[in-house]
Amino acid sequence: MAGSDVATDASSAPDTVKILIAGGFGVGKTTMVGSVSEIVPLRTEEPLTMAGLGVDDLDGIEEKRATTVALDFGRITISQDLVLYLFGTPGQQRFWFMWNDLALGALGAVVLVDVRRPESSFAAIDFFERRGIPFVVGVNGFFGEHPYPPEDIREALAVPEHVQLLLCDARDRESCRDVLIALIDQLIASAVQA
Amino acid sequence: MGGGDSAGRLVRPFALTGGRTRPSRADFTLIATVTAVDPPPAAAARPQPEHTRILRLCAEPVAVAELAARLDLPVSVVVILLCDLLEAGRITVRPPRPVSRTTPDLDLLQKVRDGLGRL
Repeated sequence: MAGSDVATDASSAPDTVKILIAGGFGVGKTTMVGSVSEIVPLRTEEPLTMAGLGVDDLDGIEEKRATTVALDFGRITISQDLVLYLFGTPGQQRFWFMWNDLALGALGAVVLVDVRRPESSFAAIDFFERRGIPFVVGVNGFFGEHPYPPEDIREALAVPEHVQLLLCDARDRESCRDVLIALIDQLIASAVQA
Repeated sequence: MGGGDSAGRLVRPFALTGGRTRPSRADFTLIATVTAVDPPPAAAARPQPEHTRILRLCAEPVAVAELAARLDLPVSVVVILLCDLLEAGRITVRPPRPVSRTTPDLDLLQKVRDGLGRL
């Protein structure tokens, strides 16, 4: 970078894109991020108090200390000039407002579903459908077990046919990679159709 | 600026921004990439300790979210500090690759797919 001016400094930085890993609380989002990330997932916490309260209201902050929303994320270097970030979205959808630009500009999303309680991921599916953000559904079988056929889960979650639904294991690197590839393939297919 | 105690963890960030809770610019989204300007501009003022920490961490390009995690500070606080550094000419910022739903970038998608295939 020696001798380069400000403008070229900026352009030497890689392009960045992101994919969201969403789904209900405890469904394995951070596990999935960790399975494919080249770094140990990083966490950033946003104090909820900052959203609703002014700075003058920090009295008694000790009691409010636990009120933070965490965002876990990982990174995959695609090439020298392209880096993919994976963001595990906060489990409780009502906290997404804390991350205004989380969904903005995302390539798409993976909605992880806990096979034992698929309804906990319904809000995430609804969120992406309503915003027109492309997504695939990954059904995370705990301990790698998949007691229900994918068609049943698709029906239970009312996932439309054009959305891919895959059985996966959030602990397994290749399995998670395949879910991400399915998302990209779906994006490519709809781009070609358009 | 010790603030090592548990209660300080939330209070201290506000002190770092001089009480500011809103950024002065919108450049610093989660995956915007930040790079320190090297060498710093001749007229650069001596940065505050937190600014110095940021400059050290972004000697090589780094995303805003990653900076926040490594600094153990909320993104909202880091963004305000980054605005200071940008306005002082100490860093450059590169916005994320734009993603269009209406005209998808096939080259980009293929590149991502190839990269994932190599995992």
